Amino acid sequence: MNHAKLTGRMAGATLAATALGGCITVNAPEEPIVIELNVNIRQEVIYRLAEDAGNTIEDNADIF
Amino acid sequence: MGETMNRLTKSMLAAAAVATALGGFVAPAYAQRDPAYAAARAAGQVGEKMDGYLGVVGSETPELKRIVNDINIKRRAVYSERAQANNATLEEYALTAGCQAILATKPGEKYQAPDGSWQTRGAGAPMRDPRCP
Repeated sequence: MNHAKLTGRMAGATLAATALGGCITVNAPEEPIVIELNVNIRQEVIYRLAEDAGNTIEDNADIF
Repeated sequence: MGETMNRLTKSMLAAAAVATALGGFVAPAYAQRDPAYAAARAAGQVGEKMDGYLGVVGSETPELKRIVNDINIKRRAVYSERAQANNATLEEYALTAGCQAILATKPGEKYQAPDGSWQTRGAGAPMRDPRCP
């Protein structure tokens, strides 16, 4: 008797969870997903490092 | 006799000093590329990537992979040190070096274009990231 009531409650809870689960909405991100790597590196940083990087390449000619 | 010997010793010492000084000029510190790397580069089997590292162009063989990994490990160490000295991140410095390394390719050598494709360097300027100086 009690067992049947408990089973019924559990089934009800499962049903409610499933129904709630169906209510979850997923919003698309507002900004487009960008795949490009290193996109956060700014041009001014590259300009600042350019001379040093050029010298590094000349000084390490065996690995460039 | 003693004086002659002394003079001879002096001139020999002077000659040795001159040779040492000349040697310093004749043999600069700049090391050359490893012959296997130079050959792979000339053959277009390896190329300069946008990110500042070397890549295998076409089919990858164990030997090409070994050459590329060896170079890239050394490059990473240099980038890391220089990035720290310039208060920059490793990626920032490597990308900048990639700009310069692609610019320094010789006609016939391979490099990676901004769209990711491998290109053969021609007589003109290479196709580079718009952020490159």
